Amino acid sequence: MSMGKTLAEKILSEKSGTDAKAGDIVIAKVDLAFVQDTTGPLTVRQFRSSGMGKLANAKRTVIFIDHAAPSPNANLSNDHILLRDFARESGCIISDAGNGVCHQIVQEAYARPGDVVVGADSHTVTAGGLGAFATGMGSSDVAVAFGLGKNWFRVPESYKIEVTGDFQKGVGAKDLILHLIGQIGADGATYKSLEFHGNAIKTMSMSGRFTIANMAVEAGAKAGIFESDETTEAFLKAEGRGKDYRALAADANATYEKTIRISASQLEPTVSRPHTVDNTAPAKDLKGVKIQQVVIGTCTNGRLEDLEIAASILKGKKPAQGLRLIIAPASRRELLKAIDAGLIKTFVEAGAIVLPPGCGPCMGLHQGALGDGESSLSTANRNFEGRMGNPKSFIYLGSPATAAATALKGEITDPREVM
Amino acid sequence: MILRGKAHKFGDGISTDHIIPGRYAHLRSNLPELAKHVLEDADPDFVKKVKPGDFVVGGSNFGLGSSREHAPLVIKMAGVSAILAKSAARIFFRNAINLGLPVLICNTDKIDDGDELEVDLTEGTVRDRTNGSVLTFGRIPEVMLKILNEGGLIPYIQRHGDIKV
Repeated sequence: MSMGKTLAEKILSEKSGTDAKAGDIVIAKVDLAFVQDTTGPLTVRQFRSSGMGKLANAKRTVIFIDHAAPSPNANLSNDHILLRDFARESGCIISDAGNGVCHQIVQEAYARPGDVVVGADSHTVTAGGLGAFATGMGSSDVAVAFGLGKNWFRVPESYKIEVTGDFQKGVGAKDLILHLIGQIGADGATYKSLEFHGNAIKTMSMSGRFTIANMAVEAGAKAGIFESDETTEAFLKAEGRGKDYRALAADANATYEKTIRISASQLEPTVSRPHTVDNTAPAKDLKGVKIQQVVIGTCTNGRLEDLEIAASILKGKKPAQGLRLIIAPASRRELLKAIDAGLIKTFVEAGAIVLPPGCGPCMGLHQGALGDGESSLSTANRNFEGRMGNPKSFIYLGSPATAAATALKGEITDPREVM
Repeated sequence: MILRGKAHKFGDGISTDHIIPGRYAHLRSNLPELAKHVLEDADPDFVKKVKPGDFVVGGSNFGLGSSREHAPLVIKMAGVSAILAKSAARIFFRNAINLGLPVLICNTDKIDDGDELEVDLTEGTVRDRTNGSVLTFGRIPEVMLKILNEGGLIPYIQRHGDIKV
């Protein structure tokens, strides 16, 4: 009788053609390999020097220009030229400036349940939201996946995250993942795969699942994977990819290294304080912390659903005096949806700066770098010292609801106060 | 193989943003310029103090954060012969090995900044010649050892044209 498998074991067994168990080292087929504009140039150089010559699968190899989009300086513009030239020579796909963040477009257009996805970006884990084994790697490893269509993987042990009950009003997926990271720590799941189960996950939107998967790496995890279900199928159909759906579930007798149970109804609006994601506190305990810049968007929370929540709080109101409110939609498609829903008008009328789809200020490259001593409340995924362009600044992370409420008050605010 | 050098001690949770922040992304195609900023946000004087052969000694979760291979790359370019840490983030660990830079997992509590260290890669020991203590480090997985012994992943591919475990 064969032992039950986790989602990570199932996918890596299938893609390696072996009976893979946690701890095994396997060579697995890579279904999608991608880079972005800050890791891509090194991947291209490593690929060229490797002697591999041709891409294994040009139509499943994608270059994204999203981190510095549009480019703020000549050096980065020259890196973009290098990437466009490589795409032309190699025949791979390029997603140019303005299309949006790689992780958003990967799930909109490329990743399928059961795929192995590797990207030269740590938040590649996002595609786990639709049932892919997706993991971030460095430029050299992705160069190997470009050329060979495979790479080596250690099959991770899995933690089962069981979330039951209903979220309170004003509380959602972002609060759940921040709470979990606060509970287990920034290295609480190093090398592990997080697998999300329970009725609160079953009833969660795809947008929420992507928010959670996106941040799995902030607990050190190699992957954050959700079972695919009718919600996944409806999402793929809406993206014109109904045929990419397949049902994927962990075996009932799968072996987990650990089970962590979370009651959704007990969760509160949660904020990560500087300078680590696991330094969490309830938003209500941070009242009085002054904020100069609020960022709503990025690959973590820049989808229609996130923008709807923020707009519902901001509609007809103005941010606090002197506060800069920045909206960074995750992709062109999500921006178009927000335009159709009238949300962009709400934001602009409220005095917000609406950025082109892309990474925005998240990585400190452009568009909203912080000044000395300034603090930002952002819906992005990382608050490390210096992350937003200045080691003398402070980054707090929260949900779109917390961000919008904070924008109105000019200090960290529990969104339930304004809803 | 024996490595000798001085310890440069850092605390827990040194992130890839401490090692090489995103604000220098425009220098990623100009590695000599990029390397001048190595570990700048953790110790602005590191680049002046580090000598070829020295060791970067961290605490837990060294290299957490981004997948940027430039993080271990600029540490290697500074002449560092190995990183010692209590634990290392997954992507950073793999990236360092892929560049031929060993990351050795051991209890670094007893090592102080400036200690003279002697690392025996074959024996798996770190001798602190300043305080006399000897530490042992965990084995690097077989597949990574093969990559490390070839000088990194790209040299490995150049030689074998394929990846095997």
